[in-house]
Amino acid sequence: MTVPPGLRYTQEHEWVAIDGSTASIGITDHAQRALGDVVFVELPAVGAAVTAGEPCGEVESTKSVSDLYSPVDGEVSEVNEEINEDPGLVNADPYGAGWLFRVQLASADGELPPGLLSPADYAELTKDTE
Amino acid sequence: MTDPEVAGPRRTPLTAVHERLGATLTDFAGWLMPLRYGSELAEHKAVRTAAGLFDLSHMGEIAVTGPDAAGALDYALVGNLSALAPGRARYTMICAPDGGVVDDLIVYRLDDEEFLVVANAANTPAVLGALRQRAEGRDASVADHTEDYALIAIQGPRAAAILGPLASIDLAGVKYYTGHQGEVAGCAALLARTGYTGEDGFELFTRPEDAERLWAALTAAGAGDALVPAGLAARDTLRLEAGMPLYGNELGPDITPFDAGLGRVVKFDKPGDFVGRTALAERAQATPRRTLAGLAGQSRRVPRHGYQVLWDGKPAGTVTSGAPSPTLGMPIAMAYLDPDVARQAAGDTAGNRLAVDVRGSAEPAVLVPLPFYHRPA
Repeated sequence: MTVPPGLRYTQEHEWVAIDGSTASIGITDHAQRALGDVVFVELPAVGAAVTAGEPCGEVESTKSVSDLYSPVDGEVSEVNEEINEDPGLVNADPYGAGWLFRVQLASADGELPPGLLSPADYAELTKDTE
Repeated sequence: MTDPEVAGPRRTPLTAVHERLGATLTDFAGWLMPLRYGSELAEHKAVRTAAGLFDLSHMGEIAVTGPDAAGALDYALVGNLSALAPGRARYTMICAPDGGVVDDLIVYRLDDEEFLVVANAANTPAVLGALRQRAEGRDASVADHTEDYALIAIQGPRAAAILGPLASIDLAGVKYYTGHQGEVAGCAALLARTGYTGEDGFELFTRPEDAERLWAALTAAGAGDALVPAGLAARDTLRLEAGMPLYGNELGPDITPFDAGLGRVVKFDKPGDFVGRTALAERAQATPRRTLAGLAGQSRRVPRHGYQVLWDGKPAGTVTSGAPSPTLGMPIAMAYLDPDVARQAAGDTAGNRLAVDVRGSAEPAVLVPLPFYHRPA
């Protein structure tokens, strides 16, 4: 199970990559394995306001549906259109081509909300379930 | 040592194999079963194009034997089991006095006085209890042999080609819904041409101590034919495509065989009385109170068990099972509908009036005849 360095993680099994004042968000390798084959992702609309810890969409697999949470505060600047065509990208490449949405961070200095986990903490969180 | 009170789910004779294969395991009806080994979509597709190998050892096996075994089963079940010739099998149901379904079953007649009743894992205790009670006073014995069997299924267009060389009997002589005693890879087995996938296939009842050897032999024999292990997730999407009911979804204690469109399993013309006869006879004559229908979702979102079906925006039924169909490439579902709506919806080919409430959003659907999938001739 992959937990790439350089990213931040949430308890809800999402990853966040920060580039200046833009956050890219997706679900982790652990999450895609637990879900199984993803068949549909409901992404937030571009321009929508999102709040850290609040649900902003859904990830549906063959067997179940899970809420998609925003790990950060801000406005959705971009969504991954490829996911509509090929939801399986989330399983195949959760940290790359399977990215879900980007958020323009609300706080001007790019400060992140507290509670985001380091790769080590996330690996610890998920290790017993492997 | 584990406290037996909190022991957790039971292991089948093949659980260790699934663990070695890296399967995602789940507690299903108190048994530790493989949900999937990798991608359930890939497992499903393999069964449709080549073959899949399933561990079904969680199912219940109940032996009903003795001079009046046939009579006991005719009374206890809705079907005509005394009419079954030895070597034949029948899909049937056991109902409560009010006509509600206790379980759906496959019964194999192994000999004149020997029947094997195969029940769903979750219902085995209830079926065992009901059979014992209903056989009272008859010259018949009812015994739980679940622990004495492992059950492996091989299903798919390549199943017969893979199994053939390992079997001691000629599979061409094993007709659909028959069971024959024989050997597979040197292991004694009851070979039945039955299944829950809509494909050709076989269910092999064998001794628990032979299970790993039989699984390994089939795996090796099928390696050149793209045989893969398949879990419960694929099993569910396969049976849904094939329009087959699942107890707990399409069947239950408040549902009669007639509601489910399976009135054909109730044989009123068999000799003697049977449990539920009066109630079922009334149901057979009465106006249907609901119709089991097939739905094809017109958007990507999947109608799931319990979701409401809408007709012109108004509640008209409930989804019993739903999943994305790997073969058809769209969401499919079975639902109980108001019979009037079902009749009208058959004409709504554009999906303008029929919808399913998927977590607050009305997703258009069209009625499609069951089964959703027919295997190629």
